[in-house]
Amino acid sequence: MEMECDVVIIGGGPAGLAAGLYAARARRCAVLLEKSVTGGQIALTAMIENYPGFLEGVNGYDLAEAMLKQAEKYGLKAMYVSAHSVERAEDRFLVKTSEGELRTKTVIAAGGAAYKKLGVAGEERLTGRGVSFCATCDAAFFRDQEVLVVGGGDAAIDESLFLARYAAKIHVVHRRDRLRATPVLQERAFAEPKIDFMWNTVVVEVLGDDVVTGARLRNLLSGEESEMAVAGVFIFIGQEPSMDYLKGLVAMDDTGHVIVNEWMETDVRGLFAAGDVRRNAARQVVSSAGDGATAAIRADQYMSEKFGAWTPPS
Amino acid sequence: MANVRDVTDSTFKKEVVDSTVPVLVDFWAPWCGPCRMVSPLVEELAGEFDGKASFVKLNTDDNPTTATSYGIRSIPTLIIFKAGQPVGQIIGFRPKAELKKHIEGAIA
Repeated sequence: MEMECDVVIIGGGPAGLAAGLYAARARRCAVLLEKSVTGGQIALTAMIENYPGFLEGVNGYDLAEAMLKQAEKYGLKAMYVSAHSVERAEDRFLVKTSEGELRTKTVIAAGGAAYKKLGVAGEERLTGRGVSFCATCDAAFFRDQEVLVVGGGDAAIDESLFLARYAAKIHVVHRRDRLRATPVLQERAFAEPKIDFMWNTVVVEVLGDDVVTGARLRNLLSGEESEMAVAGVFIFIGQEPSMDYLKGLVAMDDTGHVIVNEWMETDVRGLFAAGDVRRNAARQVVSSAGDGATAAIRADQYMSEKFGAWTPPS
Repeated sequence: MANVRDVTDSTFKKEVVDSTVPVLVDFWAPWCGPCRMVSPLVEELAGEFDGKASFVKLNTDDNPTTATSYGIRSIPTLIIFKAGQPVGQIIGFRPKAELKKHIEGAIA
């Protein structure tokens, strides 16, 4: 695969899909690269209740699919490949992917974020075998069983509430002595009899041969370790930006997020960043989509300034 | 594009375990977004492996017994059976080329 286009968008979540819609409607040749599932993180979200315009909420994958179809209607080309690197090539960029190279005038990095791992023994080996990063995906397989949820933010509490539909008992293990989640979620969690909390506690090992059978925990105050028999360990301890392909090219802050201005411009002309990869992102579907639109509008202006006004494809 | 038949708890033994050709089972559910991306790939691959392996799908919501007995804890999961035994397992969404390689390896 070798091709040349105006805008390469890396990442098919809300930021990338919105960027694709705006770039395609600006009549630019726009290609979107997604390494996995359309929608990114929202593809794994059963119900999005805070995206404006959906009174009853909307299923994450349905929303992503609609965004993709809408952008494709205007000519966005979506490809399911991973981006390996982005390089400057004179006044263009060269994007190397798992299936060849693309030359492009602009790049919008919208690779989103990946779930952080605990980094403890057993976690990697048992992922998909009882270790999960998505309750809405996997909860149904833990019907009437006990599970453990790690974390104290919105995701941890939201997913604990979802798990309560299936699991017999949800033990929320949190390293602090209080939750960070939105008050409305905290209220729901404290009112749910199936959910209990283990404060000042961390998981030190996930146990099990072929499937998860338990976890070893450590109380941070007493230092005491204990084992707990559970069928699942659900991990929601935050995210980190998926940025490997941009390392060394663009300025980032010390957490690995790309530094952008209000136009989503990075310190490299023609290279934009949108959504969860950028510094100070609000990390919402609506704000990510807004970032994507902003980046695509600015990319269109930049191309008109640098390469001359848009002309219809011959 | 070949048709990928549904199997159930009651037809699983006949269609999969007792099959004389290798069988790929797509464990899925209607609410699972990534499953909805895997299924079209499974349909395409069913055509490409026509004659070498059969491809079926099992709805884990309606058929929990089979899903539980094969230790399914996450979907999409694809399991490849040969002579009634699981010989390969793929958990989560993977691009088509990777699926193809994995299936070729498992049924060889």
